[in-house]
Amino acid sequence: MFTLGPIGFTAPLLLLALLALPILWLLLRAVPPAPIRRRFPGVALLLGLTDDETQTDKTPWWLLLIRMLAVAAVIIGFAGPVLNPEERVAGSGPLLILMDGSWADARDWARRIERVEAALDDAAQEGRTVAVVSLTDLPAGELPFQSADAWSARLAGIEPRPWQADADDVLQWAAALEGRFESFWMSDGLAQGWRGDLLAMLESHGKVRVFESPQPVIALRPARFEDGLVTVTAIRARAENADEVAIAARGLDPTGIERELARATAVLEAGAGDAEVSLSLPPELRNRVTRFEVAGLRSAGAVSLTDDALKRREVALIAGRDDREGLELLSPLHYLHQALAPTADLIEGTLDDILLANPDAIVFADVATVSPGESEKILEWIDKGGLLVRFAGPRLAASDVSRDIEDPLMPVRLRVGGRTVGGAMSWGEPKGLRPFPEGSPFHGLQVPEDVTVSAQVMAQPDPTLAERSIAALDDGTPLVTRKRIGAGQVVLFHVTANAEWSTLPLSGLFVQILERLAISTRPARPEAADLAGTIWVPEKVLDGFGTVEEAGTLPGRPGEAIAEGVVGPDLPPGLYAGADRSFAVNVIREDTVLEPSSWPARIAVEGLAVARETDLKWMFLSAALALLMLDMLASLWLSGRLTGPRSGLAAGLVALALTGIPTPGDAQDELALRATSEVVLAHVITGDARLDRVARAGLLGLSETLYARTSVEPAEPISVDLETDELSFFPILYWPISTAQPIPSDEAYAKLNRYLRTGGMIVFDTRDADIARFGTGSENGRKLQELARPLDIPPLEPIPEDHVLTRTFYLLQDFPGRHASRDVWVEAAPADAQRIEGMPFRNLNDGVTPVVIGGNDWAAAWAVDEMGRAMFPVGRGYTGERQREIAMRFGVNLVMHVLTGNYKSDQVHVPALLDRLGQ
Amino acid sequence: MTSAADLRSRAEALAGPLPPLLAEAEHLASTVLLGAHGRRRSGMGDEFWQYRAAMPGDEARSIDWRRSARSDAHFVREKEWQAAQSILLWVDAAQSMEFASRPDLTSKADRARLLAMASAILMIRGGERVALAALGTPPRSGEVQLMRIASALGAGAGAEDYGAPEIRGMLPHSRALFLSDFMGDLAPVEAQMTKAADRGVRGALVQVLDPQEEAFPFEGRTIFESMGGTLRHETLKAGDLRSRYLDRLAARKAALSDLARATGWQYTCHHTGDSPQAALLWIYGALERRR
Repeated sequence: MFTLGPIGFTAPLLLLALLALPILWLLLRAVPPAPIRRRFPGVALLLGLTDDETQTDKTPWWLLLIRMLAVAAVIIGFAGPVLNPEERVAGSGPLLILMDGSWADARDWARRIERVEAALDDAAQEGRTVAVVSLTDLPAGELPFQSADAWSARLAGIEPRPWQADADDVLQWAAALEGRFESFWMSDGLAQGWRGDLLAMLESHGKVRVFESPQPVIALRPARFEDGLVTVTAIRARAENADEVAIAARGLDPTGIERELARATAVLEAGAGDAEVSLSLPPELRNRVTRFEVAGLRSAGAVSLTDDALKRREVALIAGRDDREGLELLSPLHYLHQALAPTADLIEGTLDDILLANPDAIVFADVATVSPGESEKILEWIDKGGLLVRFAGPRLAASDVSRDIEDPLMPVRLRVGGRTVGGAMSWGEPKGLRPFPEGSPFHGLQVPEDVTVSAQVMAQPDPTLAERSIAALDDGTPLVTRKRIGAGQVVLFHVTANAEWSTLPLSGLFVQILERLAISTRPARPEAADLAGTIWVPEKVLDGFGTVEEAGTLPGRPGEAIAEGVVGPDLPPGLYAGADRSFAVNVIREDTVLEPSSWPARIAVEGLAVARETDLKWMFLSAALALLMLDMLASLWLSGRLTGPRSGLAAGLVALALTGIPTPGDAQDELALRATSEVVLAHVITGDARLDRVARAGLLGLSETLYARTSVEPAEPISVDLETDELSFFPILYWPISTAQPIPSDEAYAKLNRYLRTGGMIVFDTRDADIARFGTGSENGRKLQELARPLDIPPLEPIPEDHVLTRTFYLLQDFPGRHASRDVWVEAAPADAQRIEGMPFRNLNDGVTPVVIGGNDWAAAWAVDEMGRAMFPVGRGYTGERQREIAMRFGVNLVMHVLTGNYKSDQVHVPALLDRLGQ
Repeated sequence: MTSAADLRSRAEALAGPLPPLLAEAEHLASTVLLGAHGRRRSGMGDEFWQYRAAMPGDEARSIDWRRSARSDAHFVREKEWQAAQSILLWVDAAQSMEFASRPDLTSKADRARLLAMASAILMIRGGERVALAALGTPPRSGEVQLMRIASALGAGAGAEDYGAPEIRGMLPHSRALFLSDFMGDLAPVEAQMTKAADRGVRGALVQVLDPQEEAFPFEGRTIFESMGGTLRHETLKAGDLRSRYLDRLAARKAALSDLARATGWQYTCHHTGDSPQAALLWIYGALERRR
């Protein structure tokens, strides 16, 4: 291959054609552009004019240059230019490409695959057979040597696994290899015990090249909950440089969408292999976190799933006395509610029901006796890990529970009666709290000065009392005692849960104590023995890239394996659900340490970067094409074909390229603007063109009447399509009934119902003067019933004489349109409408009737043409004109009613108002 | 496009909004014929002018008996002396007029015919008598003359490249309207106008040009041909000729303008890209002026 700087040519002989360029130059120069013939009457004026310059008959130099460049680009393009031609190290024999295929590979998996592709390309050019093997997915039997092309197609199927290769499997597989082959080993950069052995085995078969990414491997240890803070530890393999890692807590937000809930930055000091970061999350937020991950890193190791250890507790509250009529602050559960409600799910009910719900903790507030059957069930529940918290109180103090023999549900025996300190009838001061001893679950909590105890139940001194006491008063009397039963425990507070006996429930310490108790109920990591014999079903699993996937039909795993927590093909990392809790198995465990891999000095570790050779042929040919287009444009311009007459085609093409497609305006926005900038009346499009025209003309006539006579000044009416248009802009909808109208869709009905409920009014007009007598109605009447059936229409009645429609603007008792039927129906008045003595009308319902139903064909009476003349005759002579006038007045009343509501109805209050004003 | 009926209707539409063109007649003596032009003095005509007392020598039949019966004296009813103007139209029908640079523009010939026809309608409505040079007939009035003019105008282009006015039977002291692009030889025009001026004929020259003829937007190597193909001119760089062409065009316009001034005529240049209304208004004004 002939190379010129960084560019090589596959067919360099073609470059000789460049020598012909000067000849082409001379040839092109000699040929002037062809003339255009034009008809032009002004030629008479041109006769005798001569051209100034003689040089212009030759093609201008810059045009020649463009053409030369185009031809040169074509020649060079076909000579096969290649950028960065590779000096290949010729290899021979079969090639084994070995990939670690672990989670640590996932971060730059794409680059690894790219490197493998490059190796495959080379192998294809050299005709070598290749086998690509992932150590986490070892092939059975012989090495699958195939042509490189076959492997190129299969590369996409190779994926990193969320675990590391198993040492035994790898060494066993490597020991079985035979024959000579070269090996490329794509290492993930983590130290493994088996690396040295495997390297030695591979070298016995041929040369080994090792590739490693310089990117640091970063992973997350599982989140721990300590002292109210969630602590996450980031670890890394190479500790040379200082680095910062953003750690994101992800989970479902209240709407059920997964999003980042919190973020913290862990600062990895130079030389430090790990860094901790603590997130202070409100319990509500903490309960939502489903996983922590290193932001922007796609790897199973960078994801740490959380399980129940961070979840919200279920706490059952049971009070001894159910005095709902007592004061709320005296309720034994009030302070427990206050303290636990933000952090726990509270359940209340009978003991039987509560035990069925299997809560995390049950709180007894001053409950003395429990029936033997219940007691047995509670014991069973505690045995399985339940936490029973009991508070003392007058009842417990007065009962015989745990007096002589220790009750199984009490941590200690109690002395009769309890004691009172610092009360009106006793000596001494109310007692404070002693700092919590080491070993107490409350150790480390600050004891506020103002927490005092004035009464308590007293524990009988017993040999076990000292170890069971986890909090004590100043004088050493136990305040909180605890007894473990199986996996659970019973805790007794020797004071009440309300503020009667002590101020403890009033202090913040109460909340902290409850929090400590609720957390310490469950050990963070169960022992293998605890889980023995249980089966855990995977709910979510991680793939190598750290993506959480539904587990699907993966089989359950035994508890022992879960407790051991070693991920592998048998135990993919993920969330495993047992009987009552879930348990997260993560790639990285609490004690995982990452070490960088080390290679013997004889092995040169190469990076993943590939200097890919770039074929430049297409670039040169495209450049040639572009130059030729430029030449074409320039020639056209030079010969006047681009700017002069008859340049329409060229100009059109240019314009076509420059102008985009105009975007259609938003019809809905236009409608909204038109409907809301002024008051508009609207009618429903029925599909009957003539009817729609009349309805529109009718509303136009009514609008003009309103404009002339009232302060309502409507704009042009609008025709509304129920299916597509938004209705909420219109105060009133006129709906003429036509048998031709299709039944609107469900969405349209939903829209109509919403319109009616939010104060809209629909005027139904059957236009047959007859419909008001429902049932015996005409065709239009039946159609109306059909149309209105899905509508949310209240009970109706014919307009009563004192309806507000009869007086909103004009005083009316008739509501004629083209027909003069008396029966027009509106929403019925409530049955209890009272007529006040001395008033002309009843105290009627508020609001606007949502429907007016009639058959008087009002639109026809209102309709005017564009000149303002009535479109249809009404009645005969003067009485007809009078009827039209009354129809207009009814329309005015209707619109006034819609716009002003029951304002005229409020006149009933006039006497009262006058009275109040002292008139 | 140029069918007689179509031309007539378009011209009617154009002439509609204008008031009847009442051309002024200056020297009327020799072309006295009854028309709608009152001379503001008594004479022969249809319109009432004045009553005057009968004088000796008045014929008995000229006495207006109805007026005289209301008084003791005899009165003679005099009528206003009315005269019609004769107007001669010449529309260039040569090949060069058929040029239209863009499809959306009308050809110069179309525009000239339209203007001529509109003027004719205006004048006939005003009671004038109109003649079309191409018809060769003496001026006449009436709707029938309009029909004749329309059909003569619709006859189409002649064979020659550039036209020259050739007018016979020009009545003395009449009016003339020449519509042409005046791209050809100016000598016949000059001769004709001199002849007309000798007979006391006044008139207007309307030069109808295509916008392209004003702009000369050509570049590159071009062969220009006249519409009939008789003239051709080749250039290698049309852009260079632009300024010289425009100079010549300006000189041509100046020559026409000077010629018009010398002979008492009016001159304007109208482009087919502009509204014909403006041109018609100008024609109306030009033929009415000079009281």
